Amino acid sequence: MSILVDENTKVVVSGITGGEGAFHSALMQDYGTQVVAGVKPGGGGTVTERGVPIFDTVAEAVEKTGANAQFVVVGPRFAADSIIEGAAAGIDLIVCITEFIPVQEMVTAVRFVKSQGTTRLVGPNCPGILTAGKGKIGIIPPSSFTPGSVGVVSRSGTLCYEIVDALTRAGIGQTTAVGIGGDPILGSTFVDILPLFEADPETKAVVLVGEIGGADEEIAAEYIKTMTKPVVGFIGGRSAPPGKRMGHAGAIVSGTSGSAQGKVDALNAVGVAVAETSSDVPGLIRQALARVGVTV
Amino acid sequence: MKMQEYQGKELLAKYGVPVPKGQVADTPEEAAEAARALGGVAVVKAQVLAGGRGKAGGVKVTKTPEDAQAFAASILGKELYFEQAKGNLQIDRVLVEEALSIAKEYYIGITTDRGSQRNVFIVSSQGGMDIEEVAHSHPDAIGRLPVDPFLGVRDFDIRRVAQQGGIPAAEIKDLAPFLKKLYQAYVDSDATLAEINPLVVTTDGKFIAGDAKISIDDSALYRHPELAVYAETSEETDEYEKEAHRRGINNYVHLGGNIGIIGNGAGLVMGTMDEVKRAGGEPADFLDIGGGAKAELVKNSLELVLSDPNVKGVIFNIFGGITRGDEVAKGIIAGTESVKVTVPIVVRLAGTNAAEGLAILKGTDLIPAETMQEAAQKIVSLVGSD
Repeated sequence: MSILVDENTKVVVSGITGGEGAFHSALMQDYGTQVVAGVKPGGGGTVTERGVPIFDTVAEAVEKTGANAQFVVVGPRFAADSIIEGAAAGIDLIVCITEFIPVQEMVTAVRFVKSQGTTRLVGPNCPGILTAGKGKIGIIPPSSFTPGSVGVVSRSGTLCYEIVDALTRAGIGQTTAVGIGGDPILGSTFVDILPLFEADPETKAVVLVGEIGGADEEIAAEYIKTMTKPVVGFIGGRSAPPGKRMGHAGAIVSGTSGSAQGKVDALNAVGVAVAETSSDVPGLIRQALARVGVTV
Repeated sequence: MKMQEYQGKELLAKYGVPVPKGQVADTPEEAAEAARALGGVAVVKAQVLAGGRGKAGGVKVTKTPEDAQAFAASILGKELYFEQAKGNLQIDRVLVEEALSIAKEYYIGITTDRGSQRNVFIVSSQGGMDIEEVAHSHPDAIGRLPVDPFLGVRDFDIRRVAQQGGIPAAEIKDLAPFLKKLYQAYVDSDATLAEINPLVVTTDGKFIAGDAKISIDDSALYRHPELAVYAETSEETDEYEKEAHRRGINNYVHLGGNIGIIGNGAGLVMGTMDEVKRAGGEPADFLDIGGGAKAELVKNSLELVLSDPNVKGVIFNIFGGITRGDEVAKGIIAGTESVKVTVPIVVRLAGTNAAEGLAILKGTDLIPAETMQEAAQKIVSLVGSD
């Protein structure tokens, strides 16, 4: 077990013939992921260099290959449409890494995805999902991963890699890492992913990687109260001066709302230890696991 | 893209949202003429992006065209101090508007909300002041209305939000068309914020947008050629942030310490700042090269950071997913060749194509580090021992 992605996941890639699409689809295959189809409008009937069949539409790819997950790696002008296409085709899991999709397009796309009921969207502007040793959808570099028992869910892509790297260096393996993305309108937030880790028998503890801005961590804290598994937190930007914009659309500190301290307090209040820097995460995870009788 | 008041009002007017009669003026003479066209009495308002224009001395009600001219002359081409921007901004343009006969001031805002994943109206009868203060002091005087994108703004929604916001039921017939037109303007223009504060209710019962603060989603500008004429004016008051803007570096914040920080991804750069601080250093900046950065941007970034004389050392922290290590390495080399480097540079490269990148950096003066923590400790100890 693990969450969302494993060796049985069958991926259709929207944008498989683009530069990033071809490069990262090949890396996904190298990691053992089943990439069963690609979509390029007008390219139907051909195959990629790596022998993946190409279709004109996602619906056709699903029908012919049984794809149940979609990797969206098309440009920002086309990505919302690809997401809606995947949801309309009945895809279970859509991962969209595209950055700079117009926000209003995402308001419509997320509304549609949720109206479909069965489709889960992760992203956009996210690194994707990687299950250690089993498969990945997206751009997460696999070299730092090692199979184990810790789940990671992160707003920031690169901080997610950093924390996985720190865990592995400390000899602590992972189940699945999920990057939920840095955009204002997201398909999944912490509270959508945490229940999956809670239900996954292989995952024994979870690292929640937040950052300044928004209220997602505070909302997650409410859910964590109900979890049986220990959660360790890290909030990027604790040293960021208030009132400064730090890049992510979501990462805005203004006064107390959205501040790192507010998030740390909310997490501490529900028993979540929050690491001061990412290199402190493995130690806190080890302590948290020891409290529930797991030694790593 | 943030729009100035007059630009926002031009946009709103296209959608039939009522705005005061007025005209922009770049010279005192034009201001006098605009005031004359309005019948003499006018409001002259400095056009800058910063808030708190009244406090800065940038707004005045003038009785005659000569008054309007004199006031315009006293601010045009001059710098005023803005508390919110913590610095001086030059006034290049004023808006000369009819003076409204104000009975009441309301607040209407619309923004795209993370939590509900929808466009949300904020409505309050307590207009004319800082809405965050209202939210703090009178939380029950604020109505919130998330709009279902499949349904748009419905009449029953408006009745409910008006009630929550303390707007009398008798005025809903005037409020409803205002909200519907504002919503259309917001969605059609790909706005991320439209704030009407105050929404003026005149003594003869009309609803008019007294001010307009509108931001457009930068990612959607490609489909709004009509907005190109409003190319954003800079509101930066910091020398290095202005330079970053000129170089096309969008995610730079000057912080004033002595260790330059460059990385990929906002979260990782903030994490690097935290680690540098813990090691005893003081970050000079936050610079996120973003995802998939090319060598040219990396070179530009290094040049910008090194142009700050306070910078005594630089840390590169790259953990590539979509960003490729070899591309970053080429950019670092190009940067060190284009400017004279006199400070230590610690480079941590991991992730996609990291091995290729490290091969490129071999044999240079750049100091490698395996982890972020090690990189932070190395740079702080090197800078400290200078």
